[in-house]
Amino acid sequence: MLAFPTILLIKLICIRVNSLCRPTAYRTSSNQLCSSKVFIQRHYSSGTICKFQTKFPSELESRIDEQQFEETIQTLNNLYAEAEKLGGKSYLEGCLASLTAYTIFLCMETHYEKVLKKIARYIKDQNEKIYAPRGLLLTDPIERGLRVVEITIFEDRSIGSGR
Amino acid sequence: MKNCEYQQIDPQALSVTPLSAQNLGEKKAQSPRRKWEVFPGKNRFFCDGRLILSRQSGILPLTMGLIVVTCGLFFAFDCPFLVKHLTIFIPVIGGVLFVFVAISLLRTSFTDPGILPRATPDEAADIERQIDTSGSSTYRPPPRTKEILINQQVVKLKYCFTCKMFRPPRTSHCSLCDNCVERFDHHCPWVGNCVGKRNYRFFYSFIISLSFLTSFIFGCVITHITLLSQEGKSLVQAIEESPARYPLSLVICFFSIWSILGLSGFHTYLVASNLTTNEDIKGSWSSKRGAEESENPYTYNSIITNCCVTLCGPMPPSLIDRRGFLPPDEPIPAASASDIELPPFRAKNDANMCTQSTKDVLERVVHSSDFPVLCSPGTPKTTPQVLNVSSRAAPTSEPSPSVGCTQQQARQSAATACPPFSRSNKRDSLHSINPAFRLASPSPTLSHTTLILGDAPDTGFNPLH
Repeated sequence: MLAFPTILLIKLICIRVNSLCRPTAYRTSSNQLCSSKVFIQRHYSSGTICKFQTKFPSELESRIDEQQFEETIQTLNNLYAEAEKLGGKSYLEGCLASLTAYTIFLCMETHYEKVLKKIARYIKDQNEKIYAPRGLLLTDPIERGLRVVEITIFEDRSIGSGR
Repeated sequence: MKNCEYQQIDPQALSVTPLSAQNLGEKKAQSPRRKWEVFPGKNRFFCDGRLILSRQSGILPLTMGLIVVTCGLFFAFDCPFLVKHLTIFIPVIGGVLFVFVAISLLRTSFTDPGILPRATPDEAADIERQIDTSGSSTYRPPPRTKEILINQQVVKLKYCFTCKMFRPPRTSHCSLCDNCVERFDHHCPWVGNCVGKRNYRFFYSFIISLSFLTSFIFGCVITHITLLSQEGKSLVQAIEESPARYPLSLVICFFSIWSILGLSGFHTYLVASNLTTNEDIKGSWSSKRGAEESENPYTYNSIITNCCVTLCGPMPPSLIDRRGFLPPDEPIPAASASDIELPPFRAKNDANMCTQSTKDVLERVVHSSDFPVLCSPGTPKTTPQVLNVSSRAAPTSEPSPSVGCTQQQARQSAATACPPFSRSNKRDSLHSINPAFRLASPSPTLSHTTLILGDAPDTGFNPLH
């Protein structure tokens, strides 16, 4: 007598669990963009300078040319190297700053900040010309604390897209 | 680190429930908040996020008080006498030194030392996926390290459980401030802040100028007493003339000179050899450590170059963006907030950045009519649907959550259903990405002591001051 309600209860629980586990994306409307992210980590073989790995992630294989990707990352690395370059100009800036008890930083933009703006413009440019048409989006590493280059991959999951 | 317990990031827990999206309409009325208001570390902010200080800054007023009182006594009592008997330049030099000390102290205390922002949930999940080789969610993995080569020297990068990322080289987690700080030197209670990459030069100029100031004041007071005694009065009489001021100035200067001069000398050595206090105390690059000869991989092998790099190098920017505005409220699931100790602003920031950029990408691409490139088989069908998305997104009061909701949910399906992104493929590909990555799995006791060593200098060094 008790077996039947128990079995019913178990069946109800199973149905409920199944409904919870079903990917909810397919319940909603079909026109939506799903995205995943790829993170390009830092490369520390030259020390603590900001440099990113140029190894091509496999998730991007179907989206973009390996050479194009490497060129982007290499350009970013070169720009960061320019920002952190130790040379006459940076030493002069540092010495002048130390003599004025670093008060000139309150009025003057540092060389690093100038290069960061240049990097932001470059990334925006790359996104508009190369990455957005391929459904990718580069995030400026400064928004991630210079830890990673985040690439968001957008996929159209609409029915009939064949993806 | 308060909580050393490992908590695995579950990407499924990052999903957004549709119900919570409806509550956003009520929150829209709130004024936009700045990121410093939700900063996860133990810091205090002033002037609307422009100035940052550690929450434990108890001795900073004492430091300021000591300097001001000593200089005040000097200017009030010794300067008039010395100007009369020697030269007017004495108070001028004293004034310049005092201003230098004050500015350096304030800049050391109120500058971001090089705090690394904590990893976003996606980043943390990505790292977890890379490391989790066992595949079981109940198994607690050992503390993780990653070995890399820097200038032919093996360096171990530790995983920070609080910030959920592998710490870059020379970065250490300060337990007092609960932040990872780049090129972490030490947490100085006298300045009420950590000393790291961004404020080390200010700290160094502070202690050097303070050494000069205390030596100068000490010398002037001794000169004052000597001149008084030479004028016919004995030394005892001279001191008796002003019983209150000489002992105080002298005593303060005498005791501080030894410690400040000693500290200046120590830090000059560190600057010349491009070391941090943390590394020096732990003996990271000492040749006596074991059988392996480990050299400092960061040194330029030239004292002048090391000094120039440390003190006059380019000024790195602050990575924590204190004064940036938080994006409009994103629904944060309550369940995940309790499971994963993540501050809300990171999830918001990440999801909204994604949705904002999605919108931008979509709008730009639709306008440039390049979208058909994305999906070749279903081109005629997708274009009107994309237009639907962007038009639906624009007029509603809460565009981002609806797209964000579906994005998050769709991402879960992507993880399970999209063949190119299957877990096994991703894991294999990620392993092949970084050949230098080796999972060091020492015994739990050894790793536990390693963790303790990593944290002890942060707190144990304070009495040195």
